[in-house]
Amino acid sequence: MQFLSYLVRGISLGSVYALIALGYTMVYGIAKMLNFAHGDIIMVGGYVVFFTFCQGGMNPWLSMILAIVVCTLLGITIERIAYRPLRGAASLAVLITAIGVSYFLENGAMLLWSSEPKSFTSIVSLPALNLFGGSLQISAETIVTIVTSLVIMFVLIWFVNNTRPGHAMQAVSEDRGAAQLMGINVNAIISLTFAIGSGLAAIAGALLLSSYPTLVPTTGAMPGIKAFVAAVFGGIGSIPGAFVGGILLGIIENLSKAYISTQLSDAIVFLVLIVVLLVKPSGLLGKKATVKV
Amino acid sequence: MALLEVKNLGISFGGLQAVQGLNMSIESGHLYGLIGPNGAGKTTAFNMLTGMYTPTEGIITFDGVNITGKGPEYISKAGIARTFQNIRLFNAMSVLDNVKVGMHNRVTYSMLDGVLRTKKYRNKEAEMNEKAQRLLDVFGIGDKADYAASQLPYGQQRKLEICRALASDPKLLLLDEPAAGMNPNETQELMETVRKVRDDFGIAILLIEHDMKFVMGICEEITVLEYGKTIAHGDPQTVSNDPEVIAAYLGGDDED
Repeated sequence: MQFLSYLVRGISLGSVYALIALGYTMVYGIAKMLNFAHGDIIMVGGYVVFFTFCQGGMNPWLSMILAIVVCTLLGITIERIAYRPLRGAASLAVLITAIGVSYFLENGAMLLWSSEPKSFTSIVSLPALNLFGGSLQISAETIVTIVTSLVIMFVLIWFVNNTRPGHAMQAVSEDRGAAQLMGINVNAIISLTFAIGSGLAAIAGALLLSSYPTLVPTTGAMPGIKAFVAAVFGGIGSIPGAFVGGILLGIIENLSKAYISTQLSDAIVFLVLIVVLLVKPSGLLGKKATVKV
Repeated sequence: MALLEVKNLGISFGGLQAVQGLNMSIESGHLYGLIGPNGAGKTTAFNMLTGMYTPTEGIITFDGVNITGKGPEYISKAGIARTFQNIRLFNAMSVLDNVKVGMHNRVTYSMLDGVLRTKKYRNKEAEMNEKAQRLLDVFGIGDKADYAASQLPYGQQRKLEICRALASDPKLLLLDEPAAGMNPNETQELMETVRKVRDDFGIAILLIEHDMKFVMGICEEITVLEYGKTIAHGDPQTVSNDPEVIAAYLGGDDED
Protein backbone atom coordinates (compact mmCIF):
# COMPACT_ATOMS: atom_id res chain seq x y z
CA MET A 1 0.00 0.00 0.00
CA GLN A 2 2.89 2.25 0.87
CA PHE A 3 4.40 1.51 -2.51
CA LEU A 4 1.17 2.34 -4.30
CA SER A 5 1.01 5.67 -2.54
CA TYR A 6 4.57 6.53 -3.61
CA LEU A 7 3.76 5.41 -7.12
CA VAL A 8 0.66 7.59 -7.42
CA ARG A 9 2.52 10.61 -6.07
CA GLY A 10 5.28 9.87 -8.56
CA ILE A 11 2.78 9.81 -11.39
CA SER A 12 1.39 13.12 -10.21
CA LEU A 13 4.83 14.76 -10.05
CA GLY A 14 5.55 13.16 -13.41
CA SER A 15 2.38 14.72 -14.86
CA VAL A 16 3.73 18.16 -13.97
CA TYR A 17 7.05 17.28 -15.62
CA ALA A 18 5.07 16.04 -18.62
CA LEU A 19 3.22 19.36 -18.96
CA ILE A 20 6.49 21.28 -18.85
CA ALA A 21 8.20 18.78 -21.14
CA LEU A 22 5.42 19.24 -23.72
CA GLY A 23 6.48 22.88 -24.03
CA TYR A 24 10.14 21.94 -24.32
CA THR A 25 9.53 19.28 -26.90
CA MET A 26 7.17 21.33 -29.09
CA VAL A 27 9.51 24.31 -29.18
CA TYR A 28 12.42 22.02 -29.96
CA GLY A 29 10.50 20.17 -32.64
CA ILE A 30 9.31 23.30 -34.40
CA ALA A 31 11.80 26.09 -33.68
CA LYS A 32 14.74 23.65 -33.36
CA MET A 33 15.95 25.31 -30.18
CA LEU A 34 16.18 24.45 -26.50
CA ASN A 35 14.32 27.09 -24.57
CA PHE A 36 16.01 26.88 -21.19
CA ALA A 37 13.92 29.81 -19.98
CA HIS A 38 10.86 27.57 -20.20
CA GLY A 39 11.09 26.52 -16.54
CA ASP A 40 11.00 30.12 -15.38
CA ILE A 41 7.68 30.68 -17.10
CA ILE A 42 6.28 28.24 -14.53
CA MET A 43 7.54 30.50 -11.78
CA VAL A 44 5.90 33.57 -13.35
CA GLY A 45 2.63 31.64 -13.64
CA GLY A 46 3.04 30.67 -10.00
CA TYR A 47 3.41 34.29 -8.88
CA VAL A 48 0.37 35.37 -10.90
CA VAL A 49 -1.77 32.73 -9.20
CA PHE A 50 -0.20 33.55 -5.83
CA PHE A 51 -1.00 37.26 -5.99
CA THR A 52 -4.46 36.94 -7.50
CA PHE A 53 -5.77 33.78 -5.84
CA CYS A 54 -3.74 33.05 -2.70
CA GLN A 55 -3.50 36.69 -1.64
CA GLY A 56 -6.18 38.44 -3.66
CA GLY A 57 -8.87 35.84 -3.13
CA MET A 58 -9.82 35.73 -6.79
CA ASN A 59 -11.85 32.82 -8.15
CA PRO A 60 -9.33 29.99 -8.78
CA TRP A 61 -10.53 29.43 -12.38
CA LEU A 62 -10.26 33.13 -13.17
CA SER A 63 -6.85 33.29 -11.55
CA MET A 64 -5.73 30.26 -13.58
CA ILE A 65 -6.95 31.79 -16.83
CA LEU A 66 -5.18 35.04 -15.99
CA ALA A 67 -1.94 33.13 -15.33
CA ILE A 68 -2.28 31.33 -18.67
CA VAL A 69 -2.83 34.62 -20.49
CA VAL A 70 0.13 36.31 -18.78
CA CYS A 71 2.47 33.38 -19.47
CA THR A 72 1.30 33.04 -23.08
CA LEU A 73 1.99 36.72 -23.70
CA LEU A 74 5.32 36.43 -21.91
CA GLY A 75 6.30 33.43 -24.05
CA ILE A 76 5.38 35.22 -27.28
CA THR A 77 7.22 38.34 -26.17
CA ILE A 78 10.38 36.44 -25.24
CA GLU A 79 10.36 34.67 -28.59
CA ARG A 80 9.76 37.93 -30.44
CA ILE A 81 12.45 39.94 -28.65
CA ALA A 82 15.13 37.41 -27.75
CA TYR A 83 14.91 34.49 -30.17
CA ARG A 84 13.46 35.76 -33.45
CA PRO A 85 16.39 38.08 -34.23
CA LEU A 86 18.58 34.98 -33.93
CA ARG A 87 16.62 32.89 -36.40
CA GLY A 88 19.28 31.49 -38.65
CA ALA A 89 22.07 32.14 -36.14
CA ALA A 90 24.18 29.29 -34.79
CA SER A 91 22.27 27.09 -32.36
CA LEU A 92 24.84 27.77 -29.67
CA ALA A 93 24.05 31.51 -29.77
CA VAL A 94 20.34 30.77 -29.32
CA LEU A 95 21.06 28.36 -26.48
CA ILE A 96 23.13 30.91 -24.59
CA THR A 97 20.46 33.55 -25.16
CA ALA A 98 17.90 31.18 -23.65
CA ILE A 99 20.07 30.75 -20.56
CA GLY A 100 20.36 34.54 -20.39
CA VAL A 101 16.59 34.92 -20.59
CA SER A 102 16.27 32.38 -17.79
CA TYR A 103 18.58 34.40 -15.51
CA PHE A 104 16.80 37.58 -16.50
CA LEU A 105 13.43 36.17 -15.44
CA GLU A 106 14.74 34.73 -12.16
CA ASN A 107 16.51 37.93 -11.18
CA GLY A 108 13.65 40.09 -12.38
CA ALA A 109 11.33 38.10 -10.12
CA MET A 110 13.75 38.51 -7.24
CA LEU A 111 13.79 42.27 -7.80
CA LEU A 112 10.01 42.56 -8.07
CA TRP A 113 8.90 40.08 -5.44
CA SER A 114 12.05 39.52 -3.32
CA SER A 115 13.64 36.13 -2.73
CA GLU A 116 11.60 35.56 0.39
CA PRO A 117 9.66 32.29 0.02
CA LYS A 118 5.93 32.68 -0.42
CA SER A 119 3.59 30.06 0.91
CA PHE A 120 1.20 28.90 -1.79
CA THR A 121 -2.31 27.69 -1.05
CA SER A 122 -3.62 24.89 -3.21
CA ILE A 123 -5.93 25.90 -6.06
CA VAL A 124 -7.72 22.57 -5.70
CA SER A 125 -10.35 22.60 -2.99
CA LEU A 126 -11.64 19.06 -3.21
CA PRO A 127 -11.48 16.32 -0.57
CA ALA A 128 -8.86 13.60 -0.84
CA LEU A 129 -9.81 10.21 -2.18
CA ASN A 130 -9.68 7.28 0.23
CA LEU A 131 -9.19 3.83 -1.21
CA PHE A 132 -9.00 0.37 0.35
CA GLY A 133 -10.81 1.45 3.46
CA GLY A 134 -8.60 4.45 4.05
CA SER A 135 -5.30 2.62 3.77
CA LEU A 136 -4.49 4.46 0.53
CA GLN A 137 -5.16 8.16 0.50
CA ILE A 138 -4.76 10.09 -2.74
CA SER A 139 -4.92 13.86 -2.51
CA ALA A 140 -7.23 15.78 -4.82
CA GLU A 141 -4.22 17.71 -6.16
CA THR A 142 -2.69 14.44 -7.30
CA ILE A 143 -5.80 13.38 -9.16
CA VAL A 144 -6.43 16.79 -10.72
CA THR A 145 -2.80 16.97 -11.87
CA ILE A 146 -2.87 13.58 -13.52
CA VAL A 147 -6.24 14.09 -15.19
CA THR A 148 -5.37 17.61 -16.40
CA SER A 149 -2.14 16.56 -18.05
CA LEU A 150 -3.73 13.50 -19.66
CA VAL A 151 -6.51 15.63 -21.14
CA ILE A 152 -4.03 18.25 -22.35
CA MET A 153 -1.83 15.66 -24.03
CA PHE A 154 -4.73 14.12 -25.93
CA VAL A 155 -6.05 17.52 -27.01
CA LEU A 156 -2.59 18.51 -28.16
CA ILE A 157 -2.05 15.34 -30.18
CA TRP A 158 -5.45 15.77 -31.75
CA PHE A 159 -4.75 19.42 -32.51
CA VAL A 160 -1.40 18.72 -34.17
CA ASN A 161 -2.78 15.89 -36.31
CA ASN A 162 -6.18 17.21 -37.28
CA THR A 163 -6.16 20.96 -37.69
CA ARG A 164 -4.71 23.34 -40.23
CA PRO A 165 -2.35 25.08 -37.74
CA GLY A 166 -1.37 21.63 -36.44
CA HIS A 167 -0.47 20.44 -39.92
CA ALA A 168 1.48 23.65 -40.48
CA MET A 169 3.40 22.94 -37.26
CA GLN A 170 4.34 19.47 -38.48
CA ALA A 171 5.36 20.87 -41.84
CA VAL A 172 7.57 23.56 -40.27
CA SER A 173 9.07 20.97 -37.96
CA GLU A 174 10.07 18.74 -40.84
CA ASP A 175 11.22 21.20 -43.49
CA ARG A 176 11.02 24.90 -42.72
CA GLY A 177 11.97 25.96 -46.25
CA ALA A 178 9.44 23.75 -47.98
CA ALA A 179 6.77 24.83 -45.49
CA GLN A 180 7.46 28.48 -46.31
CA LEU A 181 7.02 27.70 -49.98
CA MET A 182 3.59 26.28 -49.18
CA GLY A 183 2.72 29.78 -47.96
CA ILE A 184 3.05 28.95 -44.27
CA ASN A 185 4.08 31.89 -42.11
CA VAL A 186 6.91 30.26 -40.17
CA ASN A 187 7.22 33.09 -37.64
CA ALA A 188 3.53 32.89 -36.81
CA ILE A 189 3.75 29.12 -36.32
CA ILE A 190 6.76 29.48 -34.02
CA SER A 191 4.91 32.17 -32.03
CA LEU A 192 1.95 29.84 -31.73
CA THR A 193 4.22 27.08 -30.45
CA PHE A 194 5.69 29.35 -27.80
CA ALA A 195 2.19 30.49 -26.86
CA ILE A 196 0.96 26.93 -26.35
CA GLY A 197 4.09 25.86 -24.46
CA SER A 198 3.97 28.87 -22.14
CA GLY A 199 0.26 28.48 -21.49
CA LEU A 200 0.90 24.87 -20.46
CA ALA A 201 3.75 26.03 -18.23
CA ALA A 202 1.33 28.30 -16.35
CA ILE A 203 -0.94 25.34 -15.67
CA ALA A 204 2.06 23.23 -14.65
CA GLY A 205 3.18 25.98 -12.27
CA ALA A 206 -0.15 26.20 -10.48
CA LEU A 207 -0.42 22.42 -10.18
CA LEU A 208 3.16 21.99 -9.02
CA LEU A 209 2.79 24.67 -6.34
CA SER A 210 -0.49 23.18 -5.18
CA SER A 211 1.41 20.02 -4.23
CA TYR A 212 4.75 21.61 -3.29
CA PRO A 213 3.69 24.98 -1.86
CA THR A 214 6.93 26.96 -1.60
CA LEU A 215 7.24 29.74 -4.15
CA VAL A 216 10.59 31.47 -4.73
CA PRO A 217 12.02 33.10 -7.89
CA THR A 218 13.99 29.93 -8.67
CA THR A 219 11.00 27.63 -8.23
CA GLY A 220 10.86 26.86 -11.94
CA ALA A 221 14.55 26.14 -12.47
CA MET A 222 14.79 22.58 -11.17
CA PRO A 223 11.43 21.33 -12.53
CA GLY A 224 12.40 22.97 -15.84
CA ILE A 225 15.68 21.09 -16.04
CA LYS A 226 13.98 17.84 -15.02
CA ALA A 227 11.29 18.34 -17.61
CA PHE A 228 14.06 18.80 -20.15
CA VAL A 229 15.51 15.47 -19.01
CA ALA A 230 12.01 14.00 -19.37
CA ALA A 231 11.70 15.35 -22.91
CA VAL A 232 15.07 13.85 -23.89
CA PHE A 233 14.18 10.62 -22.10
CA GLY A 234 10.94 10.29 -24.07
CA GLY A 235 12.48 11.46 -27.33
CA ILE A 236 12.70 15.20 -27.81
CA GLY A 237 10.35 16.49 -30.50
CA SER A 238 7.73 13.82 -29.74
CA ILE A 239 4.56 14.80 -27.87
CA PRO A 240 3.69 11.34 -26.53
CA GLY A 241 7.40 10.94 -25.77
CA ALA A 242 7.41 14.02 -23.54
CA PHE A 243 4.42 12.66 -21.71
CA VAL A 244 5.79 9.15 -21.17
CA GLY A 245 9.22 10.58 -20.26
CA GLY A 246 7.67 12.97 -17.74
CA ILE A 247 5.59 10.31 -16.01
CA LEU A 248 8.47 7.82 -15.85
CA LEU A 249 10.83 10.45 -14.50
CA GLY A 250 8.35 11.45 -11.80
CA ILE A 251 7.97 7.82 -10.76
CA ILE A 252 11.74 7.25 -10.76
CA GLU A 253 12.28 10.37 -8.68
CA ASN A 254 9.62 9.59 -6.11
CA LEU A 255 10.54 5.95 -5.72
CA SER A 256 14.23 6.79 -5.31
CA LYS A 257 13.25 9.34 -2.68
CA ALA A 258 11.25 6.69 -0.87
CA TYR A 259 13.52 3.68 -1.16
CA ILE A 260 17.05 4.88 -1.90
CA SER A 261 17.81 8.34 -0.60
CA THR A 262 16.15 11.73 -0.57
CA GLN A 263 19.44 13.46 -1.20
CA LEU A 264 20.37 11.22 -4.08
CA SER A 265 17.01 11.35 -5.89
CA ASP A 266 18.05 14.28 -8.10
CA ALA A 267 21.35 12.60 -8.90
CA ILE A 268 19.44 9.49 -9.93
CA VAL A 269 17.21 11.55 -12.22
CA PHE A 270 20.22 12.95 -14.02
CA LEU A 271 21.84 9.54 -14.09
CA VAL A 272 18.80 8.45 -16.08
CA LEU A 273 19.60 11.19 -18.61
CA ILE A 274 23.19 9.96 -18.95
CA VAL A 275 22.09 6.36 -19.38
CA VAL A 276 19.48 7.33 -21.98
CA LEU A 277 22.01 9.35 -23.93
CA LEU A 278 24.41 6.42 -23.89
CA VAL A 279 21.96 3.66 -24.73
CA LYS A 280 19.26 5.30 -26.84
CA PRO A 281 20.21 8.88 -27.72
CA SER A 282 16.99 9.42 -29.64
CA GLY A 283 14.92 8.66 -26.52
CA LEU A 284 12.13 6.17 -25.91
CA LEU A 285 9.75 7.36 -28.63
CA GLY A 286 12.08 9.61 -30.58
CA LYS A 287 12.86 9.22 -34.24
CA LYS A 288 16.10 7.53 -34.96
CA ALA A 289 18.42 9.97 -36.61
CA THR A 290 19.80 8.32 -39.70
CA VAL A 291 22.85 9.73 -41.36
CA LYS A 292 23.05 9.18 -45.07
CA VAL A 293 26.46 8.32 -46.39
CA MET B 1 1.42 41.40 -70.48
CA ALA B 2 2.79 37.93 -69.84
CA LEU B 3 2.01 36.06 -66.60
CA LEU B 4 5.65 36.04 -65.54
CA GLU B 5 7.99 38.74 -66.73
CA VAL B 6 11.65 38.46 -65.72
CA LYS B 7 13.83 41.42 -66.64
CA ASN B 8 17.61 41.43 -66.41
CA LEU B 9 17.55 39.22 -63.30
CA GLY B 10 20.83 38.59 -61.52
CA ILE B 11 22.31 37.54 -58.20
CA SER B 12 25.82 37.34 -56.86
CA PHE B 13 27.12 35.54 -53.81
CA GLY B 14 30.18 37.42 -52.66
CA GLY B 15 32.27 37.64 -55.81
CA LEU B 16 30.43 34.91 -57.67
CA GLN B 17 27.85 36.07 -60.19
CA ALA B 18 25.59 33.00 -60.14
CA VAL B 19 22.98 34.37 -62.55
CA GLN B 20 23.12 37.49 -64.67
CA GLY B 21 20.96 39.24 -67.19
CA LEU B 22 18.21 36.61 -67.20
CA ASN B 23 15.17 37.57 -69.26
CA MET B 24 12.10 35.39 -69.53
CA SER B 25 8.52 35.97 -70.48
CA ILE B 26 6.05 33.20 -69.76
CA GLU B 27 2.46 33.38 -70.93
CA SER B 28 -0.44 31.75 -69.14
CA GLY B 29 -0.75 28.10 -70.14
CA HIS B 30 2.75 27.88 -71.56
CA LEU B 31 5.28 25.11 -71.06
CA TYR B 32 8.67 26.72 -70.68
CA GLY B 33 12.02 25.00 -70.18
CA LEU B 34 15.12 26.27 -68.43
CA ILE B 35 18.13 24.14 -69.27
CA GLY B 36 21.87 24.21 -69.01
CA PRO B 37 24.85 22.24 -67.72
CA ASN B 38 25.31 21.59 -63.99
CA GLY B 39 26.04 24.75 -62.06
CA ALA B 40 24.59 26.98 -64.75
CA GLY B 41 22.35 28.73 -62.21
CA LYS B 42 19.00 27.14 -62.99
CA THR B 43 18.01 26.25 -59.44
CA THR B 44 19.36 29.63 -58.31
CA ALA B 45 16.93 31.23 -60.75
CA PHE B 46 14.10 29.14 -59.26
CA ASN B 47 15.12 30.22 -55.78
CA MET B 48 14.87 33.87 -56.82
CA LEU B 49 11.47 33.34 -58.44
CA THR B 50 10.11 31.71 -55.27
CA GLY B 51 11.59 34.26 -52.88
CA MET B 52 14.16 31.97 -51.28
CA TYR B 53 16.91 34.26 -52.55
CA THR B 54 16.72 38.02 -52.98
CA PRO B 55 18.00 39.04 -56.43
CA THR B 56 20.78 41.60 -56.46
CA GLU B 57 19.55 43.05 -59.73
CA GLY B 58 16.58 42.90 -62.08
CA ILE B 59 12.82 42.81 -61.71
CA ILE B 60 10.35 39.93 -61.48
CA THR B 61 6.77 40.79 -62.36
CA PHE B 62 4.10 38.18 -61.74
CA ASP B 63 0.52 38.68 -62.82
CA GLY B 64 1.14 42.41 -63.13
CA VAL B 65 2.67 42.76 -59.65
CA ASN B 66 6.31 43.39 -58.90
CA ILE B 67 7.33 40.51 -56.63
CA THR B 68 11.08 41.16 -56.60
CA GLY B 69 12.50 40.59 -53.13
CA LYS B 70 9.23 39.37 -51.65
CA GLY B 71 9.34 36.40 -49.24
CA PRO B 72 8.34 32.82 -50.08
CA GLU B 73 5.02 33.07 -48.22
CA TYR B 74 3.98 36.10 -50.21
CA ILE B 75 4.98 34.54 -53.50
CA SER B 76 3.20 31.30 -52.65
CA LYS B 77 0.04 33.30 -51.96
CA ALA B 78 0.51 35.24 -55.19
CA GLY B 79 0.31 31.95 -57.10
CA ILE B 80 3.73 30.42 -57.75
CA ALA B 81 4.30 26.88 -56.50
CA ARG B 82 7.29 24.62 -56.92
CA THR B 83 8.72 21.16 -56.53
CA PHE B 84 12.30 20.34 -55.57
CA GLN B 85 15.23 18.69 -57.29
CA ASN B 86 15.74 16.47 -54.26
CA ILE B 87 12.22 15.60 -53.15
CA ARG B 88 11.21 17.53 -50.06
CA LEU B 89 7.96 16.00 -48.88
CA PHE B 90 6.82 16.06 -45.27
CA ASN B 91 7.79 12.44 -44.77
CA ALA B 92 6.25 11.83 -41.38
CA MET B 93 2.85 13.10 -42.53
CA SER B 94 0.31 11.16 -44.54
CA VAL B 95 0.05 11.55 -48.30
CA LEU B 96 -3.30 13.30 -47.88
CA ASP B 97 -1.97 15.66 -45.19
CA ASN B 98 0.93 16.64 -47.44
CA VAL B 99 -1.54 17.84 -50.03
CA LYS B 100 -3.57 19.61 -47.34
CA VAL B 101 -0.50 21.53 -46.21
CA GLY B 102 -0.29 22.75 -49.78
CA MET B 103 -3.75 24.27 -49.35
CA HIS B 104 -2.65 26.17 -46.25
CA ASN B 105 -3.67 29.56 -47.58
CA ARG B 106 -6.57 28.48 -49.75
CA VAL B 107 -8.79 27.05 -47.07
CA THR B 108 -8.83 28.87 -43.77
CA TYR B 109 -10.55 28.73 -40.44
CA SER B 110 -9.48 30.21 -37.12
CA MET B 111 -7.60 28.28 -34.48
CA LEU B 112 -10.60 28.58 -32.20
CA ASP B 113 -12.73 26.86 -34.84
CA GLY B 114 -10.20 24.04 -34.85
CA VAL B 115 -10.04 23.61 -31.10
CA LEU B 116 -13.80 23.82 -30.64
CA ARG B 117 -14.47 21.69 -33.74
CA THR B 118 -17.12 24.12 -34.94
CA LYS B 119 -19.28 23.52 -37.97
CA LYS B 120 -16.98 25.77 -39.96
CA TYR B 121 -13.99 23.62 -39.02
CA ARG B 122 -15.75 20.41 -39.98
CA ASN B 123 -16.98 21.82 -43.28
CA LYS B 124 -13.62 23.25 -44.25
CA GLU B 125 -11.79 20.06 -43.30
CA ALA B 126 -14.24 17.99 -45.30
CA GLU B 127 -13.79 20.32 -48.25
CA MET B 128 -10.00 20.05 -47.99
CA ASN B 129 -10.07 16.27 -47.70
CA GLU B 130 -12.29 15.98 -50.73
CA LYS B 131 -10.19 18.34 -52.82
CA ALA B 132 -6.95 16.66 -51.78
CA GLN B 133 -8.38 13.26 -52.58
CA ARG B 134 -9.48 14.44 -56.03
CA LEU B 135 -5.98 15.76 -56.76
CA LEU B 136 -4.42 12.47 -55.70
CA ASP B 137 -6.88 10.60 -57.89
CA VAL B 138 -5.88 12.68 -60.92
CA PHE B 139 -2.31 11.46 -60.40
CA GLY B 140 -3.36 7.87 -59.77
CA ILE B 141 -2.17 7.77 -56.18
CA GLY B 142 -5.58 8.24 -54.57
CA ASP B 143 -5.44 4.77 -53.03
CA LYS B 144 -2.28 5.74 -51.13
CA ALA B 145 -3.87 8.69 -49.29
CA ASP B 146 -3.34 7.21 -45.82
CA TYR B 147 0.24 6.07 -46.38
CA ALA B 148 3.09 8.03 -44.86
CA ALA B 149 4.71 10.06 -47.64
CA SER B 150 8.02 8.27 -47.08
CA GLN B 151 6.39 4.92 -47.85
CA LEU B 152 5.66 5.82 -51.47
CA PRO B 153 7.99 4.61 -54.21
CA TYR B 154 10.19 7.27 -55.77
CA GLY B 155 8.09 7.97 -58.87
CA GLN B 156 4.96 8.42 -56.79
CA GLN B 157 6.77 10.74 -54.38
CA ARG B 158 7.52 12.97 -57.38
CA LYS B 159 3.85 12.89 -58.30
CA LEU B 160 2.87 13.70 -54.74
CA GLU B 161 5.17 16.71 -54.76
CA ILE B 162 3.41 17.97 -57.88
CA CYS B 163 0.03 17.33 -56.20
CA ARG B 164 1.11 19.27 -53.14
CA ALA B 165 2.27 22.18 -55.29
CA LEU B 166 -1.00 22.17 -57.25
CA ALA B 167 -3.02 22.17 -54.04
CA SER B 168 -2.23 25.87 -53.60
CA ASP B 169 -4.07 26.64 -56.89
CA PRO B 170 -0.99 28.18 -58.50
CA LYS B 171 -1.00 30.12 -61.75
CA LEU B 172 2.59 29.11 -62.37
CA LEU B 173 4.17 25.80 -61.44
CA LEU B 174 7.93 25.44 -61.21
CA LEU B 175 9.27 21.91 -61.60
CA ASP B 176 12.90 21.41 -60.61
CA GLU B 177 14.24 18.36 -62.49
CA PRO B 178 11.02 16.39 -62.32
CA ALA B 179 12.48 13.46 -64.28
CA ALA B 180 15.64 13.13 -62.19
CA GLY B 181 16.30 9.54 -61.25
CA MET B 182 13.47 8.18 -63.38
CA ASN B 183 13.75 5.37 -65.88
CA PRO B 184 12.64 5.95 -69.52
CA ASN B 185 9.17 4.52 -68.87
CA GLU B 186 8.60 6.70 -65.84
CA THR B 187 9.92 9.70 -67.76
CA GLN B 188 7.48 9.01 -70.57
CA GLU B 189 4.65 8.78 -68.08
CA LEU B 190 5.78 12.00 -66.41
CA MET B 191 5.74 13.84 -69.74
CA GLU B 192 2.10 12.92 -70.13
CA THR B 193 1.40 13.96 -66.55
CA VAL B 194 2.99 17.36 -67.03
CA ARG B 195 1.05 17.97 -70.24
CA LYS B 196 -2.11 16.86 -68.52
CA VAL B 197 -1.50 19.24 -65.63
CA ARG B 198 -1.06 22.12 -68.04
CA ASP B 199 -4.19 21.20 -70.00
CA ASP B 200 -6.47 20.30 -67.09
CA PHE B 201 -5.41 23.02 -64.69
CA GLY B 202 -4.74 25.65 -67.35
CA ILE B 203 -1.58 26.88 -65.66
CA ALA B 204 1.85 27.86 -66.90
CA ILE B 205 4.72 25.50 -66.18
CA LEU B 206 8.38 26.37 -66.00
CA LEU B 207 10.67 23.41 -65.71
CA ILE B 208 14.33 22.66 -65.23
CA GLU B 209 15.44 19.38 -66.73
CA HIS B 210 18.55 17.60 -67.87
CA ASP B 211 16.78 14.98 -69.92
CA MET B 212 16.91 16.56 -73.40
CA LYS B 213 14.31 14.25 -74.87
CA PHE B 214 11.95 15.32 -72.12
CA VAL B 215 12.56 19.03 -72.55
CA MET B 216 12.53 19.01 -76.35
CA GLY B 217 9.45 16.81 -76.39
CA ILE B 218 7.36 18.92 -74.10
CA CYS B 219 8.46 22.56 -73.93
CA GLU B 220 7.26 25.23 -76.30
CA GLU B 221 9.97 27.68 -75.43
CA ILE B 222 13.41 27.17 -73.94
CA THR B 223 16.10 29.31 -72.35
CA VAL B 224 19.61 27.87 -72.09
CA LEU B 225 21.94 29.00 -69.30
CA GLU B 226 25.66 28.47 -68.98
CA TYR B 227 27.70 29.91 -66.11
CA GLY B 228 24.73 32.09 -65.18
CA LYS B 229 24.40 33.68 -68.61
CA THR B 230 21.74 33.09 -71.23
CA ILE B 231 23.40 31.56 -74.28
CA ALA B 232 20.31 30.70 -76.29
CA HIS B 233 16.57 31.20 -76.33
CA GLY B 234 13.74 30.08 -78.58
CA ASP B 235 11.66 27.06 -79.57
CA PRO B 236 13.14 23.55 -79.18
CA GLN B 237 14.16 23.42 -82.86
CA THR B 238 16.13 26.67 -82.74
CA VAL B 239 17.76 25.86 -79.42
CA SER B 240 18.86 22.36 -80.30
CA ASN B 241 20.53 23.63 -83.49
CA ASP B 242 22.28 26.51 -81.80
CA PRO B 243 26.07 26.03 -82.05
CA GLU B 244 26.71 27.54 -78.61
CA VAL B 245 24.25 25.15 -76.99
CA ILE B 246 25.81 22.19 -78.73
CA ALA B 247 29.24 23.35 -77.58
CA ALA B 248 28.03 23.85 -74.02
CA TYR B 249 26.59 20.37 -73.85
CA LEU B 250 29.20 18.45 -75.80
CA GLY B 251 32.06 20.48 -74.38
CA GLY B 252 30.75 20.03 -70.81
CA ASP B 253 32.70 17.44 -68.85
CA ASP B 254 29.99 16.18 -66.53
CA GLU B 255 26.98 15.89 -68.76
CA ASP B 256 25.49 12.73 -70.15
